[in-house]
Amino acid sequence: MNTALFQGNSYWAYLLVMVGVTYLIRAVPFVLVRKKVTNVYVRSFLAYIPYSVLAAMTFPAIIYSTNYLLSAVIGLIVACTMAFFDKGLVKVALGATITVIIVELIMKMIL
Amino acid sequence: MRIKRGFMDGIPIGLGYLSVSFAFGIMAVNNGLTWWEATLISMTNLTSAGQFAGVGIMVSGGSLIEMAVTELIINLRYALMSISLSQKVDSKFTSLYRWLLATGNTDEIFAVSMSYEKEVSRSYFLGLMIAPYIGWSLGTLLGALFGEAVPASVGKAFGIAIYGMFIAIIAPKAKREKSVLSVSMLAILLSCLFYYIPALKNISSGFSIIVCAVCAALFGAFVFPIREAETESDEKESGVA
Repeated sequence: MNTALFQGNSYWAYLLVMVGVTYLIRAVPFVLVRKKVTNVYVRSFLAYIPYSVLAAMTFPAIIYSTNYLLSAVIGLIVACTMAFFDKGLVKVALGATITVIIVELIMKMIL
Repeated sequence: MRIKRGFMDGIPIGLGYLSVSFAFGIMAVNNGLTWWEATLISMTNLTSAGQFAGVGIMVSGGSLIEMAVTELIINLRYALMSISLSQKVDSKFTSLYRWLLATGNTDEIFAVSMSYEKEVSRSYFLGLMIAPYIGWSLGTLLGALFGEAVPASVGKAFGIAIYGMFIAIIAPKAKREKSVLSVSMLAILLSCLFYYIPALKNISSGFSIIVCAVCAALFGAFVFPIREAETESDEKESGVA
């Protein structure tokens, strides 16, 4: 099987590096940190990390994630609304996606 | 059975992953990879941002060092998440299992694990990983094989799916806890600053995410420290996303 050769580096070399780095970043801290942290501030910090990371990743990137700013913004509003009403991961993700598809279809027809 | 509960909790993530990985599959193939090269990337990495960036580097012929450094920066948040997760797992989740299951620590799996009402056991975590792993791999495969049939604009519309998932994880908790809401808002504010302010614009997104997340979480830790008694009542209230 011929694998793609990108400018001299083989696919396999790239893959190995990608996998190696991604895996070690997840595994090493996970394996090394054995004890429960007792300090209330450090514990709280770690507990807030999931939310701060996801929030930082989502904004402002979400508004540029589709073909048009408008469809992304509307999708964002739909996602927030559905999430606010506890609709769950799948419904929110699909709801936002379908909204974007519909809005973009309408935009294509109008513009 | 904990593995079954994990599996059930993972289903929504798996379904969400189908759409995002579908987009990745399309993108990878459009950039010249074969269907199995794309699928293998997904099966071994299990991360959206890192995979998209990785393919970009492959295609532009970047050096292996560039690949390593970029992946390190983009994925840096996982180090923090792994440390957070280490606090939540039970005593039987020993080193061997940590080595074996570490790959499963994706954004969504991590977030769901952290909102689990009890300590996370290795069987729960394993169960939790199953549907997302299948969804991520299968979605990539389908995107790579059938992506051509999907108009490019529809493919791009799927871009919002992963952010929808993130919002679905943050919102319920932010709704109930003022502390989480404040931390999230601050992270968003900082992230926008990094994105738009000329002096900060050039900082790579991987670094920016880490800086914003750390600052916001630090703020949360000092302004809204979580005392043991409060944690128990919130855990009873929040349940799993």
